[in-house]
Amino acid sequence: MPELGRAALILCLGLAVYALAAGAYAAATRRRRLARSAQNALLAAFGASAAAAAVLLAALLRNDFSFKYVAEHTSLELPTPYTISAFWSGQEGSLLLWLLILTGFGAAAVALGRRAGWDLLAWVVPVLGLVTTFFAFMLVVVSSPFDTQLAPADGAGLNPSLQNPYMMIHPPFLYLGYVGLTIPFAFAMGALLARRTDELWIVTTRRWTLFAWTALGIGQLLGAHWAYVEVGWGGYYAWDPVENAALMPWLAATAFLHSVMIQEKRGMLKVWNMLLVVLAFCLALFGTFLTRSGIVSSIHSFTQSPLGPWFLGFICLVTAGSLALVISRLPILRAKTRMESLVSREATFLYNNLLLVALCLTILWGVAFPILSEAVRGEQITVSAPYYNFFLRIFGLPLLLLMGIGPLVAWRRASLRSLGRSFAWPAGIAVAVGLVLLALGAGSSWVGLVAYTFSAFVLGSIGYEFVRGTRARRALAGDSWPAAFAELIARNRRRYGGYVVHAAIVLLAIGVVGSSAYDKVREQKLRPGQTMAIGDYRLTYRALVNRQGPNATEYRALVDVRRGGSSLGTISSGKNEYRAEQQQSNEVGIRSDHLTGEDLFVITDQINTDQSVVFKVLVKPLVNLIWLSGFIFLAGSLIALWPSAAEQRRLAARYRELRALARA
Amino acid sequence: MTTLALALGALLAVGCALYVALPFLREPAPADDRLGEPGPLERRALELAEERDRALAALKELEFDHRTGKISDDDYRELVGPLRRRVAEVLRSLELRAKSSEERVRAAG
Repeated sequence: MPELGRAALILCLGLAVYALAAGAYAAATRRRRLARSAQNALLAAFGASAAAAAVLLAALLRNDFSFKYVAEHTSLELPTPYTISAFWSGQEGSLLLWLLILTGFGAAAVALGRRAGWDLLAWVVPVLGLVTTFFAFMLVVVSSPFDTQLAPADGAGLNPSLQNPYMMIHPPFLYLGYVGLTIPFAFAMGALLARRTDELWIVTTRRWTLFAWTALGIGQLLGAHWAYVEVGWGGYYAWDPVENAALMPWLAATAFLHSVMIQEKRGMLKVWNMLLVVLAFCLALFGTFLTRSGIVSSIHSFTQSPLGPWFLGFICLVTAGSLALVISRLPILRAKTRMESLVSREATFLYNNLLLVALCLTILWGVAFPILSEAVRGEQITVSAPYYNFFLRIFGLPLLLLMGIGPLVAWRRASLRSLGRSFAWPAGIAVAVGLVLLALGAGSSWVGLVAYTFSAFVLGSIGYEFVRGTRARRALAGDSWPAAFAELIARNRRRYGGYVVHAAIVLLAIGVVGSSAYDKVREQKLRPGQTMAIGDYRLTYRALVNRQGPNATEYRALVDVRRGGSSLGTISSGKNEYRAEQQQSNEVGIRSDHLTGEDLFVITDQINTDQSVVFKVLVKPLVNLIWLSGFIFLAGSLIALWPSAAEQRRLAARYRELRALARA
Repeated sequence: MTTLALALGALLAVGCALYVALPFLREPAPADDRLGEPGPLERRALELAEERDRALAALKELEFDHRTGKISDDDYRELVGPLRRRVAEVLRSLELRAKSSEERVRAAG
């Protein structure tokens, strides 16, 4: 039924155009029924895009190769889970997923906004309509998933590197993040269009931003783990342009989540917050552009397509329009309060913001420079890992330190005496950890030593905050320690959820530093029965075996592993040869030590006809802390996301008062 | 298959069109079609309410930080006075506004 899919997309486009045009006219001329009708159009657009998505999904599950998209991305042999994930494996399906999530989020924002009676919604609808119009237009005119052909006997299959369980969830999480950033952008622009300078747009979008940011963070970690287990080069992040494309909006959103607290608590940084929301959204669009336009060569950029100029045009339009709007509203956005001291919580947030934005823009320059160089001078230039690693150290280490300083400093201003008292314990812990690590030989990497010392400081500062807070809560209410601890978190979920997220970032940093600054690598050709050594490990290549999988022939080298005289079992590592796709993939062997967080990572670089194999073996200390940090990150985000009844009551009372005043 | 697809497409389109037109079908001739928005008075009141909540939250946080020992007694004494004065000022302004709007309602009948 490609006709139904096409009709649903055309309908979605028509509804989005209506939401844009009628919504803008209704908001400008203050027409109630027309504004409501435009909102209904956005809700209906979700229904239409869901219908289009259902048609594509049905075609994939039925192996209907008369759909070009289905034939290009699946085959009869492809297992069903990967047939489903083929939905977002190609350009057209990805765009349809963008549209589906966008209209779904738009409909949810409209429904929630109506229930709460937000008058701001009138201006938010046309902004959402504009973004929806662009994506629906792309799917109808430029890149349709419903193009048909005479059905071939079998499809071309799916890129082998995408045949991995992580591909079932990594792209949808990234898209939830990218698209989720549209909602704070739409509310921010809606507030500017309505000339509203109050906090309604922030209150409304706080959880949307946090949700999008969490999804983007988790999506990147899932992607890193996919690269680690599937791509088979021994790493998890290669500063690939498409990886950077997801990191940049996350960094901008991180800056926004911090600076928005200054606006809420002190009424400052209104212009800066608007700029950060615009930056995060434009970078989310840029990320989709990089992935889908094929403008950069990347292992993730699976396609060459005609999308590029359209995306670039839309990004320019959104950037120019948003900046013009912010500039035109500058007089009403000026803050009435000033920062009282450069040694205060708000000042540390500001420093954190400057570092995050600097890191984000440095990465953006690294991604954009090769594109600009090729466009202007016709010269192909690659900006590689040393550039990014340098700036990660320059901006990342102070950021890590600030994560420890921030919680110890009071809002407004802090005296030297109280700072000294607050810093004593965490700083003492950090110095002790640094000295112990130095004695243990961690000084082989100064970056690693500094990063670990700072990490100890941050963990000490977070732990100290929890201890002091629980003690104060216990003194106030006379509760037991666990009850006081639970009460402490329940009374300020954003603050303590944020600290848990900080702890996750520290674990991530420890894992990254451990696995990159202190790793070991060795390559060796072995014949069956021969042994190689790396660190404390001894690896003996026992045999080469092969078997027929559901859609590939699987070759595996069996390697017996020993450490300190005791056997640690067998690792199997090899290659898959995919029949339909006519492609080969690396299948790495990993042995994780859950006690130390270390991985022994075996890559079968080359399998020879005489059964000899060229192995590349890596020992990656602490790498498992990276994956553990994902769970802690998610837990912290959920604590911060969880609604607080007291806050809800306070906000409801605030806006009830306003409505009563309006009625009077 | 094509006929069925077109019929389903038409059904979807009609359903969407009806839903979009619903506000006009429900209220063909409303007494008031004006979209409510806060006027300058309400906006000022909202700003004051935000200022009140901000000052109260800051006061609460200052008390807690003092209890935890993050803020010394001297710092606390220096900071708490201006914050309390700010809360009192904002509450007074809000009270005045509430009174004048009550009077307006009474005068209007």
